[in-house]
Amino acid sequence: MTEPIKIDQAATSRRRFLREGGALLGGTVIASGLAGGEALAASESSDNLPPNVPEWMKTPGDPMGSQPYGTPSRFEKDVIKNIPKDLPQYLSASGRTPLQDLDGIITPNGLFYERHHGGVPTIDPAEHRLMLHGLVDKPLIFTMDEIRRFPSESHIYFLECSGNPDYEKPYGKTASDLVGLLSCAEWTGVSLRLVLQEAGLKAGAKCVVAEGADAAALTRSVPIEKCLDDAMLVYSQNGERLRPQQGYPLRLLLPGFEGNMNVKWLRRLRVAAEPTYSREETSKYTDLMPDGSAREFTFYMEAKSIITRPSGGQRLIAPGFQEISGIAWSGRGKIKRVDVSVDDGRSWQSAELQEPVLMRALTRFRLPWRWDGRPAVIQSRAIDETGYVQPTLAELLAVRGENYYYHNNAIWPWRIAADGEVTNAHA
Amino acid sequence: MHMRKLPIAAFAVFVLACVAPAQAQSPYGIGRSATPAEIAGWNIDIDRYGNNLPPGTGSVVHGREVFDQHCAPCHGAKGEGGIGERLVGGQGTLATARPVKTVGSYWPYAPTLFDYIRRAMPQNAPQSLSNEDVYAVSAYILYLNDLLSAEAILGAKSLSAIKMPNRNMFVGDARPDVNNPACMANC
Repeated sequence: MTEPIKIDQAATSRRRFLREGGALLGGTVIASGLAGGEALAASESSDNLPPNVPEWMKTPGDPMGSQPYGTPSRFEKDVIKNIPKDLPQYLSASGRTPLQDLDGIITPNGLFYERHHGGVPTIDPAEHRLMLHGLVDKPLIFTMDEIRRFPSESHIYFLECSGNPDYEKPYGKTASDLVGLLSCAEWTGVSLRLVLQEAGLKAGAKCVVAEGADAAALTRSVPIEKCLDDAMLVYSQNGERLRPQQGYPLRLLLPGFEGNMNVKWLRRLRVAAEPTYSREETSKYTDLMPDGSAREFTFYMEAKSIITRPSGGQRLIAPGFQEISGIAWSGRGKIKRVDVSVDDGRSWQSAELQEPVLMRALTRFRLPWRWDGRPAVIQSRAIDETGYVQPTLAELLAVRGENYYYHNNAIWPWRIAADGEVTNAHA
Repeated sequence: MHMRKLPIAAFAVFVLACVAPAQAQSPYGIGRSATPAEIAGWNIDIDRYGNNLPPGTGSVVHGREVFDQHCAPCHGAKGEGGIGERLVGGQGTLATARPVKTVGSYWPYAPTLFDYIRRAMPQNAPQSLSNEDVYAVSAYILYLNDLLSAEAILGAKSLSAIKMPNRNMFVGDARPDVNNPACMANC
């Protein structure tokens, strides 16, 4: 990933400098720090730098139509999903969003995290059907065209896998390693409430069992209260149709609930009097406590945050101004406040929240900071509108132990060394 | 008992739908009615009581053959795990530093085994085993966990009657369960 790009050398010299600098330090591509950027430019000589006119101004660029579906600049080729290279198998596996390489709160569709349990199916939307049955007055079948006839709505929500990360060492090196099973998008679809009303709920309807049309026929039970509140049947993400990895052509979206319940490739909804107790809500996605008991139906993703810049794998090039930036989110509502500490937790100050602060969406926070060049530990903690405060890892472990596995929303501090290298302070 | 009632209940719903056109109008009039045959073809949900388990039976003896052919390559010859998860053993380990979560040590309900194997296994060809083979391989996995005898033959009734060892160890969501005081200075 740190191999120099083999195109015009002069045109890429600055970028190459960044890449090779990263390679020498064993870090990722991103270099941080305004002072660092100026130092880089001053140290280079290139025909494309002032006072010379850069080469890309002296000849026309690529013509219209050279990219019918646009892709990122070739110089961003290393910003890709973080997919483990040593898994025993890749059909039931996950790939992470490179959070430390992204700005703002919206995850590009091509970098949205993936988790599937039986591979990614290829579904022809013309042959896809949604069946709605069980405790309803009128069992129904919908085509995708019919689903799109319902009144539509769009909302920005985060989605997070509940195993993000687990509680056991070794902990990850980068923000993506730690909490990259997290993304955020604008979702468009129909309120599940409208679709359920179309069939008519019978007395005794307590939950909806959702099933995917993948090779795992993944099945989860959703409380009827959630289904009648903000649950959606989604067909578009960030303006375009869902990607296959995100459930094309139809998925369930349960804002703030653990990712696994947001069933992709949705083909069936069965209204029932009680949960189905599928493998995914008994053997998996239950939380083992130190006494051997296990919590079941732990739906909500609790408040959490992480600093993405600077973060593990990056390097501060020189002392001086350095914006601290990160993301915060809560499945229980809006983010009310994010506190940041730059002195290993001895004192905290509130960061600025980028507006708009949306319900169950990522919230970007920022804090201006001047690094004095000495070793430091920086970290963030989120507080949501319920007053809940993101806990430390020690606080979580004291209650839940290391066997808990899911729902780790701990604060993750980053250690900055005197040479500017950023690493996971818990590792 | 539930599984015997269900087809009758489903039929009753169907009859009711046919003879009661006076029911509430659908607000948007979108979609068409799903027929009982369509629902029966797609509804493969088995709940914790075993409702909706299909007819048929399978023996531990036959289950060993099914397992060796379809499951052992990933889950190991005796369910000890490999590319696929460990399926056997682990009883008594859940409260230790090295919990081993298997069908025998962790799963609360036996009918879930049939549900999951039928819908998702074997991973390279899900929904390819006959119901008899799914009963048989479920029986074999339960046998490997000392929950069935080597001579056992498993069907809807006997599978639903098995009480899994970890059945009573599941509790509700107790979160929020930690309290960070959010100290601002001199922490």
